[in-house]
Amino acid sequence: MTMPNPKSFHNGQAVVVADIVAVAPRAFRDLVVESCGEGGRLAALFTLPGRPGMPDLVALVAHDAEGRLSLLKTGIGAGGGYPSLTAGLVSAHAMERAVCETDGLRPEGHPWPKPLRLHAALDPAVPPAAATFFRVEGPGVHEVAVGPVHAGIIEPGHFRFQCSGETVHHLEIHLGYQHRGAEALLRDATPARRMVVAESIAGDTAIGHGLACCRVVESLAGVQVPEAADQLRAIALELERMAYHVGDLGALCNDVGYLPGASWFSRLRREFLNSLLEITGNRHGRGLLAFGGVRVDVPAAIRQSVLDRLAAAWRDLQDVASLAFDSPSVLSRFERTGVVSRKAALDLGLVGPSARASGCSRDVRRDHPSGACATHRFEPVVENGGDVLARARVRWREVARSMEFVRSRLEAIPEGVAAVVVPALRPGLLGVALVEGWRGQIVHVASTDAEGRLVTWRVFDPSLQNWFGLAMALRGTPISDFPLCNKSFNLSYAGHDV
Amino acid sequence: MSVVIDIAVQAGLLILLPLPMLGLINVVKSRVAGRRGPPLLQPVFDVLRLLRKGAVYSRTTTWVFAFGPMIGLVATFLAGLIVPSAFPTSPFGFPADVFVVAYLLGLGRFFTMASALDTGSAFEGMGASREAAFSAMAEPALLLALMILCIPSRVPSFGDAFSALPAAGGLLRSPGLMLAALALGVVLLAETARIPVDDPNTHLELTMIHEVMVLDHSGPDFAFIQIGYAMKMYVLGAVLVHLVLPIPQDGWAAPALFIVGQAAVAIEIGVIESIMARLRLSRVPQLLIGACVVAAVGVLVLFTGGRP
Repeated sequence: MTMPNPKSFHNGQAVVVADIVAVAPRAFRDLVVESCGEGGRLAALFTLPGRPGMPDLVALVAHDAEGRLSLLKTGIGAGGGYPSLTAGLVSAHAMERAVCETDGLRPEGHPWPKPLRLHAALDPAVPPAAATFFRVEGPGVHEVAVGPVHAGIIEPGHFRFQCSGETVHHLEIHLGYQHRGAEALLRDATPARRMVVAESIAGDTAIGHGLACCRVVESLAGVQVPEAADQLRAIALELERMAYHVGDLGALCNDVGYLPGASWFSRLRREFLNSLLEITGNRHGRGLLAFGGVRVDVPAAIRQSVLDRLAAAWRDLQDVASLAFDSPSVLSRFERTGVVSRKAALDLGLVGPSARASGCSRDVRRDHPSGACATHRFEPVVENGGDVLARARVRWREVARSMEFVRSRLEAIPEGVAAVVVPALRPGLLGVALVEGWRGQIVHVASTDAEGRLVTWRVFDPSLQNWFGLAMALRGTPISDFPLCNKSFNLSYAGHDV
Repeated sequence: MSVVIDIAVQAGLLILLPLPMLGLINVVKSRVAGRRGPPLLQPVFDVLRLLRKGAVYSRTTTWVFAFGPMIGLVATFLAGLIVPSAFPTSPFGFPADVFVVAYLLGLGRFFTMASALDTGSAFEGMGASREAAFSAMAEPALLLALMILCIPSRVPSFGDAFSALPAAGGLLRSPGLMLAALALGVVLLAETARIPVDDPNTHLELTMIHEVMVLDHSGPDFAFIQIGYAMKMYVLGAVLVHLVLPIPQDGWAAPALFIVGQAAVAIEIGVIESIMARLRLSRVPQLLIGACVVAAVGVLVLFTGGRP
C-alpha cells in the first residue's frame, strides 16, 4: 500500500512521519509564511517526538482552493528557541503560545509570548508573564475585569477590557480554567475510553470532536467505514449544527431582550436535540460514534418520526426567523455591532460561521470533503457584513442548508453493517482529520511510533482561533455590546482549554 | 372621618399595589410567550424571603452603602404619599408638591448611585455613570410633562392639577396633555429600567443600567430596593393614570378606576417587553431627548393654544 506524500495529501489520510520534509528553523518560518500567503492556511502547529530531548515542530497547512493539505517540519535545537511565525503570520499566535507552554519551545520574536492556558494564580511554577495583561494608559482609561466567575451558568473565562467611558479599546481574553489535559487523555486512553474523552472535549460538540477522533484512528488503522455508518455520521453532524445554530439564534434574541425570538428558538432547538435523542439515545449524540462506524442503526419507524419532527420544526422556524430578522428593534441591535473586517478574519485565521460572516468562503465540507460530504456539494454560506447580524444570518442560512441535507439523506440511508472492526494502528504514521463542526474547523492530529503506539494527539478546536475574532470585534465597540458580540461567536471555553 | 379614609386608601394602595404590578408585568410577558409563568404575587414572596435573610457587606463599603437602599425606599414612599392615587387629591398634598416629588425621586436615585460607587466595583461604577447620564436627560422630560399638567390650574400641585383636568376637557380635548402623557410614558420606562431602555431580566452585568448598581446589595437591603423600585413605577404610573383617565372626585368608583389604570400601565409595559428588543445603549439618549422635545412642544401648545 502506498502512502500519500506529506507535501500533498487529503483530509482523512495518514502520512509516514519519516517522509515529512524537514528544513532548518529559519527556512521553516519562511516557507510556512510564504505558503500561507499563497492561499494556504495554517490549520495546526504541533510537535512530534524528534531527536532525544528536543521535539520537531510541525506545521499543517490547508490549501483550501486545491483541497489538499501539506506538512512541513523543523528540528528544534537545544534551548528550544526558534524564529517565531507570528510576526509574519498572525494566525499562528495562539498555536505558538500553546506549543510554548506545552513543549517548552520559545518562539523568538513572538509579540505576546504569554502562556495560553496557565495561570500564575493557580500554580506557583507558572512564569509571572501569565499574570500580565496588556494595559492601555492615558487619561480616562480604565480597566474592567469580568470573570472567571460569571453571572450566568456558563464556563469560566477571564476578560480584561481597557475602556474609556463606554468604548472598549482593547480586550484581552485569558482562558485555561477548563484545562483537563484532554490531549494526553486521548493519547493514553484505551480505545473504548478514547471515544468518551473525545466527546467531552467540548460538551456541545460531541459529534464534531467525536468524528474527528474517529477519522484520525481510522486513518491510522487504514480502515474504510461502511457507507451506512458514514451517512449517519454526516446526518448527526448536521443535526448537531442545526441544534446549536438555532439555540444561538435564540440566545442572540435573548441578549437584546427580544422575547418572542428567545422563547421560540430555544423551544425549536429542542426538536433537533430530540431528533438526536431518537436516533442515538442521547440528546447530544453521545454514544453514536464508534471507531470503524456507528453503534446504532436507524429503523424505518424512527427515520419517519425524525423526518416528521424536522418538517414541523422547519415550518415553525421559518415563521420565527422571519419575525426576528424583520423586526426593526432587533435589526437595529444586530447591524454594525461587533464588526470583524474580512482582512482581520483572514489574518487571524478565523474559521466556521465567524469567518463566513466576514466574507471568507471557507468550509471544510466543501474544501476538504471526506466521507458522505464528498457526494454532496456544500456551498459555504457567506455574508459580508462581519457584524452580529451577519453571524446570525450565516447561522440561519446554514440551518436551511443542513435541513435540506438531512431530509434528503435520512430517507435514503443504505442498508448494511454499522461498523467494521478496527485493526491495530499502523506504525510510524501521522493521521490528520478535519471536520466542519458547528463552530468551524475541528482538527485532530495523532501519530504512532515504531510499535504502533500513539505518541502524540493534538486537538485544535475552532474556538482557539476565533476567540481572537471576538477580541477584534470589541475594538471601538461599546462595552455594553460585549455580551451580544460574545453570543454571536458563542465560542467554547473547554474546546480552547482542552 | 373622610380624611382618615383618604389617608388609609392613599397609604394602603401605595403599600399593597406596587409589587403585584411587577408580578402582573411578568404574567403578561409569560402569557404572550406562551408560558404559564410565575404567580402574580411572586415579587411579594421574593421580598418576604429577602426580608428574612441576612445581608452581606463588603469591608470596603461605608455607611453610604448600608443607608442607600433605606433612603431610596423612604424617599420613594414619601413621593408616593404625595402623588394622588385613588382620588384626584392626596391627603398629603400641598402647594408646589410637584417639585418635591420630582426631587424626592432624585434623592432616591442619588443615594442608589452613591451606594453603587461606594462598593468600588467597576461594574457598579459603570452602572452609576449610565444612570447619572440617562437620568439627566429623563429629568427635563419629567419636569416639562409635570409643567404641562399644572398649566390648566396654574398651581404646581398634583391635587389642583388633577382636579382641574376634567374642566380643561381631559386628555382627548388637549393635544398638549397627550404630548405630556407620551413623554411621561417614556420617562416611566426609563426610570423603572424597562425595555427598551434597560432589560430587567438580563444577567449580563455589562449591559445593565439599574440592576448593575444593586448587585452587591443582599437580604433586607435588596428587599428595600425592590420595594422602592416597584413604588417608583407605581408613583410615575399614578401620574400617568390621572392624566389619561377621568377619575371622579369621590365614591368607590375612583379607587377601582385607579387600580384598573395601574393594571393597564403594567400590562402595557409587559406588552412592550414582549414585542420589541431593547435599544442599543447609545440610542437611549435619542429616546430620552425625544421625550424632552415632545414635552417641550406640549408646553408650547398649551401656552400658545389659548384654551388649554
